[in-house]
Amino acid sequence: MGDVRRQRIDELAARAGRVPEGEGGVSLVRSAFRRLRRNPVAILGAVIVVVFLVVAAFAPWLAPRDPLAQTLLSEVRPGAIPGPQEGFPLGADQLGRDLLSRLVYGSRQSLLIGVVSTVLGAVVGMAVGVLAGAFGGWVDTVVMRFVDILLSIPSLLMAISISVLLGQNQYALMIAIAVTQVPVFARLLRGSMLAQRGSDYVLAARALGVRHGRIVFGHVLPNSLSPVIVQATLSLATAIIEAAALSFLGLGDPDIARPEWGAMLATAQAFLSVRPALAVWPALCIIVVALGFTLLGESLREALDPKFRR
Amino acid sequence: MLRFIVRRLLQLVPILLGLSVLLFAWLRALPGGPAQAALGERATPEAIARYNELFGLDQPIWVQYLRFLGRAVQLDFGTSARTGRAVTTEFLERMPGTVELTVFAMVFAVGVGIPLGYLAARKHGSWLDSTAVVGSLLGVAIPVFFLAYLLRLLFAVELGWLPGSGRQEVRIDATHITNFYVLDGLLTREWDAAWDAFLHLVLPGIALGTIPLAIIVRITRASVLDVVNEDYVRTANAKGLAADTVRRRHVVRNALLPVSTTIGLQTGLLLSGAVLTETVFAFGGVGSAIYDAIFARDFAILQGFILMLAVVYVLVNLLVDISYGLLDPRVRVR
Repeated sequence: MGDVRRQRIDELAARAGRVPEGEGGVSLVRSAFRRLRRNPVAILGAVIVVVFLVVAAFAPWLAPRDPLAQTLLSEVRPGAIPGPQEGFPLGADQLGRDLLSRLVYGSRQSLLIGVVSTVLGAVVGMAVGVLAGAFGGWVDTVVMRFVDILLSIPSLLMAISISVLLGQNQYALMIAIAVTQVPVFARLLRGSMLAQRGSDYVLAARALGVRHGRIVFGHVLPNSLSPVIVQATLSLATAIIEAAALSFLGLGDPDIARPEWGAMLATAQAFLSVRPALAVWPALCIIVVALGFTLLGESLREALDPKFRR
Repeated sequence: MLRFIVRRLLQLVPILLGLSVLLFAWLRALPGGPAQAALGERATPEAIARYNELFGLDQPIWVQYLRFLGRAVQLDFGTSARTGRAVTTEFLERMPGTVELTVFAMVFAVGVGIPLGYLAARKHGSWLDSTAVVGSLLGVAIPVFFLAYLLRLLFAVELGWLPGSGRQEVRIDATHITNFYVLDGLLTREWDAAWDAFLHLVLPGIALGTIPLAIIVRITRASVLDVVNEDYVRTANAKGLAADTVRRRHVVRNALLPVSTTIGLQTGLLLSGAVLTETVFAFGGVGSAIYDAIFARDFAILQGFILMLAVVYVLVNLLVDISYGLLDPRVRVR
């Protein structure tokens, strides 16, 4: 079961595992970076990501107002939410709070959820993958069977079950998203490590009498990381979108002191016919950031994949 | 081929067992445990104790698991705390709606996606190609429920062209035999009922089909571009076959292999994951039932539905495997 999905993960892993010929002695990483810099798509993705990271980092200086202050509350009426006006470039939300400031502050929480859940999922998944890839034999069989069971639950349903189990707070949200990423990373890293196993440098190291642990961690692992890096970049996009989905299902972070795009978008649905802008802006932020990570991830894949070398 | 199928079926056994263990553990790990799940959040301690005794929850955990497994094999997942009806009954009543919606969404995604991806590849580098690439990136980046709301607001609320909620107008007094509303209408020759049910599929179907559409466009395009550069295509061209014949026999046939896999995988995902879209359109399939169950903390429903949906997902993936084996003889050998 899920064999096709597994095959695709494995294919990606194997492809990236092919040791490419260096470009005149330049290391893989450096030549990949060089190709990235020449790719306009990669630049666009990187610019988007950097802009949002800067906004998140400097939110207190960039946001014109306090994202929690209900300055325009008195002007909010049933069927009327204040639009753009002097000092409120995007207008206010249903509680009279400045929309622009909330978007600026929201970037912090949204990116944080994306980064933390992806890092968590990647680290745990990689640990599982290394366990399977390094030991092989029955450890591999047991671990991968477990991973296959996790892969057999559609990711949104898995995230829902974990959210329900852990309750509603930002950590539960991050963990729920992270868990859905674990099996993907595990399978990817293991496949990538297996592809390295028979390569010349591993045989050479073994012939020289290098210890197993040193071969795995010093040689195989570093050479198996590129598909993981690509996947992690793409996962950042998925994680942010998934966080929005969980918020929409009422499984998000209930803390109103932390504006977050997903939660803003979910709440705004109720006021869609009154003021669509309330939903459109956070949605745009999510789409653009997800697009940025996707563009970056796809160009990374091309840059690191020897098949795409010209 | 038969051995291939049997082997795949046998591989299902540990997966399904693992799933049952996970969901068994899940329900037990919930605050309050299964008794609360069955009786609801406001159950008294006495009622919970009685329930535990009645259902053997005071027994050792492995005995409980075996009992759970025994009931699960007979598709008995208890009763809903909200409606008091059997979980399986609820599931069977709602699944046809989700199946109809998935079929519509996939027909839309495949019908638009394959031609678009193919044209984009043939006109590689043209404006059509760029539009297809950008569109397919956007399709994956846009939150599904937001798109669903936009479609509903525009075409149902503002323009009023299409129905924006439910599966059928209430005033249409339709007879239901199979719970596939469109099919029911056709079977009973209530044409207007069938048409109305079909119209109710359009907006949620398009919203649901967007992600598969984006993925199918991308895979078709990439795959056609791959195949066009293969040696056998060059050979076919070199030996003077008509361009049309080369396209039909060599390019399209080989290029559609990875696409067919994607179609299968996406179908499995949609059948199990229409929670967001169905919720926006109050569609009344399995997805909106899960949403209701989250709110009502109806854990029996959640457990049973998630387990059954995972099984559906696993089975669809198995079908994809088998059909892939049929389409591509190379797979069978391994």
